[in-house]
Amino acid sequence: MTDLYLVLAVILFSVGLVGFLIRRNALIIFMSIELMLNASNLVLVSMSHVHGVLDGQVAAFFVMVVAAAEVVIGLSIIVTIFRARRSTSVDNEILLKG
Amino acid sequence: MTGLTSLTGLGLTPLLTGVEVTFWVCAVAAIAGAIGVVTSSKPVYSALSLALVMLALAVIYASLEAGFLFAVQIIVYTGAVLMLFLFVIMLVGVSSREALVDTLRGHRLAACLAGVGLVVLLALAVGQAVTAPAVGLADATAVAGGNVEGLAQLVFHRYVVAFEATAALLITAAVAAMVLAHPKRLKPKPDQSLRLRRRVEAYAEQGVHPGAKPSSGVFARHNSVATPALLPDGSVAPESISDTVASRVQVADPSQLALPLAQTLAAIEGRPGSGPVDSEDSDDSDDDLAEDLVDDPAEDAAEDPRPGPAEDSAEDLTDGSAEDPATPASPTVPDPPLTPDSPLSPDPAGPDQEGGSDD
Repeated sequence: MTDLYLVLAVILFSVGLVGFLIRRNALIIFMSIELMLNASNLVLVSMSHVHGVLDGQVAAFFVMVVAAAEVVIGLSIIVTIFRARRSTSVDNEILLKG
Repeated sequence: MTGLTSLTGLGLTPLLTGVEVTFWVCAVAAIAGAIGVVTSSKPVYSALSLALVMLALAVIYASLEAGFLFAVQIIVYTGAVLMLFLFVIMLVGVSSREALVDTLRGHRLAACLAGVGLVVLLALAVGQAVTAPAVGLADATAVAGGNVEGLAQLVFHRYVVAFEATAALLITAAVAAMVLAHPKRLKPKPDQSLRLRRRVEAYAEQGVHPGAKPSSGVFARHNSVATPALLPDGSVAPESISDTVASRVQVADPSQLALPLAQTLAAIEGRPGSGPVDSEDSDDSDDDLAEDLVDDPAEDAAEDPRPGPAEDSAEDLTDGSAEDPATPASPTVPDPPLTPDSPLSPDPAGPDQEGGSDD
């Protein structure tokens, strides 16, 4: 039963990784990152349950806080880029080339 | 849980526990939602699929004795983060689809192969792992007196430094979001003195009238903002109409505005025995137009940006009386839409006011 939680987390993480790689819309790339963060949270919580200590849940809580801050910054960057370029496709962001 | 222990105490094992049912239902929902996030063509569908994943994970957290994380997952992720995503999607454009053409050849195929490879790798690692049966969190929470109390003891004792760093992180994120969201003003905002100075400069250099623009036309039957004020020659004063109304092409036709006057005048002229009609003494239906004719030249000529309005009106007066043989009996009655060059009623105050406004 414990393995099943890990397998679910592996599947969610892999789907998030594939989404991160194949999508070009910056918003959906961002959602894929959230998916991977949630998969790691699931591992932390299930391992906390397995080992009988609450430290895993604290770690998952901190991951959520960091994810929330990251979403705020990332989305405001996306809005700023959209304001300048009228697009959220990451293929268009070639102005950062050196 | 007591039922479960009593069953195992009797040497029986349950076929299916509530935790397992919860897991299978929520795992299917979570995987379906994750695939929906990746494959949806519209960002809104992806965000809603992500909400499904997060809600399923929240239920799994609850079944793993993580009540606090269950609430935080719903409040923070589904409530705050996803609403933020939806806000940005609405801001950026709901209908923005991404191009389906690969910019890199074989990019998608390679990405999918990488994903499958990662699944195989991690699944093998998980399969190789030796896991003991779950201990459960009953003891850990019983020591502290509950799930939230246990987490609070950990956060405020062992992990208090990380917690303080979290506070700094959140403050930084909030400030950064405000800085990024605040657009820079390219030019300083014009205040009242600057606007007045520009207006006077425009008057000095280009002769633009510095005062208020003419109001919209007021006739007996029409006084809306879509009614144009008429210039002395019967044409529309463009400044009397708002740009918004003009761009919607909702401006009233000036010939239609003057039509009742023209009909009335024609009826009066066609009446036997009626001599020349002075516009000041005409009957009720003409009063409004008489007022317009008297009022408009002074007002519109004062607003007229063209150079030398006084000369124009003077020319109009002489030209009209000489060239308009159709209405010889009533030189004071104009027909604005048909003969724009025809004279208007002579206003003795007109040239004086124009001279005064030019000074």
